[in-house]
Amino acid sequence: MNVAEMLDGKRVCVCAGSGGVGKTTTSAAIALGMAATGAKVAVVTIDPANRLANALGLEQLGNEPRRVEPERLAGSGLDIQGELWAMMLDPKRTFDELIDRIAADPERAQEIKDNRVYRELSTAVSGSQELTAIAKLFELDQDADFDLLVLDTPPSRNALEFLDAPGRLNAFLEGRALKAFMRPTGLGIRALGRGALPLLGGLRRITGIDLISDLTTFFSLLGDMTSDFSQRAAQVEQLLRSPGTAFLLITSAAREPVDEAIWFGQRLESDGLPFAGVVVNRVHHDLLGDRPPREVKRSLARVLPPGLATRVTENFRDYHVLARRDEDNLGRLADALGADRLLLVPQLDDDVHDIEGLVRIHRYLFGSQAERERLIDDLVA
Amino acid sequence: MPSPLDKRLLFVTGKGGVGKSTVAIAIGLLAARRGLRTIVAELASQERMQGVFRDDGGEQFRELELAPGLFTISIDPQQAMEEYLRVKAGTIGQALGSSRLFQAFAMATPGMRELLSIGKVWELAQLHRRTRGGAPYDLVIVDAPATGHGVGLLRTPRTFAEIARVGPIAHQGQTIADTIADSDFTGVIAVATPEEMPVNETMTLADELARDDLPLDLVIVNALYPARFEPGEIGELGDALGRTRSALARSALRAALSEHARAATQREQRDRLHARVDGRLVELPYVFADEIALPQLQSLADVLEAAL
Repeated sequence: MNVAEMLDGKRVCVCAGSGGVGKTTTSAAIALGMAATGAKVAVVTIDPANRLANALGLEQLGNEPRRVEPERLAGSGLDIQGELWAMMLDPKRTFDELIDRIAADPERAQEIKDNRVYRELSTAVSGSQELTAIAKLFELDQDADFDLLVLDTPPSRNALEFLDAPGRLNAFLEGRALKAFMRPTGLGIRALGRGALPLLGGLRRITGIDLISDLTTFFSLLGDMTSDFSQRAAQVEQLLRSPGTAFLLITSAAREPVDEAIWFGQRLESDGLPFAGVVVNRVHHDLLGDRPPREVKRSLARVLPPGLATRVTENFRDYHVLARRDEDNLGRLADALGADRLLLVPQLDDDVHDIEGLVRIHRYLFGSQAERERLIDDLVA
Repeated sequence: MPSPLDKRLLFVTGKGGVGKSTVAIAIGLLAARRGLRTIVAELASQERMQGVFRDDGGEQFRELELAPGLFTISIDPQQAMEEYLRVKAGTIGQALGSSRLFQAFAMATPGMRELLSIGKVWELAQLHRRTRGGAPYDLVIVDAPATGHGVGLLRTPRTFAEIARVGPIAHQGQTIADTIADSDFTGVIAVATPEEMPVNETMTLADELARDDLPLDLVIVNALYPARFEPGEIGELGDALGRTRSALARSALRAALSEHARAATQREQRDRLHARVDGRLVELPYVFADEIALPQLQSLADVLEAAL
């Protein structure tokens, strides 16, 4: 299966994986490839490298997708039948927009945005990027007329945070805890019974009055929006679970990212989320095959002076260590998640930072099974 | 210049995938070799370090000795909160800590998890430990979250101190913030691989730390490819590629040219970083191995020996 087949009939593609595995580049290559097939595609990215951002014309701010001008793609050699759009996510702004949308009126929205707890802490903490990324994805799915949205998830050490983001806030908002703290002297406390009063006293003693009052305001402001938040979180979850969504895992072939991809893929499956496939970047293919290692130096001795031949041999030996490592990890990945779901992109000579580079990856993602096998055969021949 | 190992608290931070945990452990091994009682504290449940040394992995939120003089702990915000409450507020604290209501409240408060985690880090670095039976450490190394969140983490105590103004959290927040701001006590080490994104993030980190008057003691450039070939030899490799009829020789030559290209790009990125942090930069070599286990970590510690 190639990416086009994996994403056939999908409206949303979530690219997930641990940091430093080429997720942003892969997301962009997927979006470009799908645009080539005739779809109107938007890639929502978090923090692209400057050069890639420039290549896509992403330097403008705006927090809304913009079309990548066809001229930028003209020299790519790909015939782009559809449209490629791209946006860079601004978490703070997305958070504010979410409040604007959900708050009962503009005054209330402003009150929340002026609250110090919200202002100082809401976007600084872990999980907030995940939350805003999904909020934006949901908004675009609802309001914009794209055939496909490709989401480059935030670089979190533990990619699972991404899945938990919609539930986390909601679990709290729905719980009785919020109701108690919203009105610390009112009905909420009474409803909880007398046990809550010393608790609250203790809480004040621990946290300090000012913080408690800011927090109480913060939660009570949010509390007014509880039902809207809950509803929204439920809708987001529905979207992530829908057959129109596909999760693609992005990884390198090194041990830890592969372990994380296996864990994540199994979690997707056990949670019944639509898991489509795995893109493995930076694969070192085995170039030695069955030939004895000493043959390398012998074959080089005919065309290089001895010193240089030795260093090329050493380089090859080191490369081969990585090839064996990758083979081992790919084997585990295939056993755990299925060999037919893996798409391998070899280690390239340089980081991808332009349209040309995206096209170079394109063949490995969108080629037919036979084409992809031939590419790898050429590489190891 | 004094070594970062002379400090008591070291934050090791960097973008995901740059080998931050590897570097934190290598620094820990080096410190332990020098006779410092050292602990590497992981935030969030990364469970990376214990895998290197042992497989059982149980008891992850306790202080474990992994190598002579080198301990590890994985910090769980919830457990840190219970501990804090017990120490600070006795029985009321205990009651609060076990109250699900209070836990839900504390964990939903933005930034509270970060404050509690860094509070535990601070506690580990005290000569008089709050934890019953806790012996003091000479050095606490924090395997901190990826850079974007890392600065947030360092800032959290001050933010809480400012918001709370008075009361125990304000006081505690201010105490921790003062400790972090004390450059004799606290240091920050950034880890980057020599690639565009990690280098950009490290430069942003340097700016943000400077804005907050926080130190950036050292930048470690990790996983640098060796410079095996002189630029003048590259033409020779290309010529040989054209002449040889051996498929194996062609593969080897292409692998050499490919690594040379990457190594050259890496050095451009390293130089960019070097110019920004003027001199406070140490290089660690790319490790060609199946996995990074204790022997590899020991050789990385050997490389750091001269620089720290």
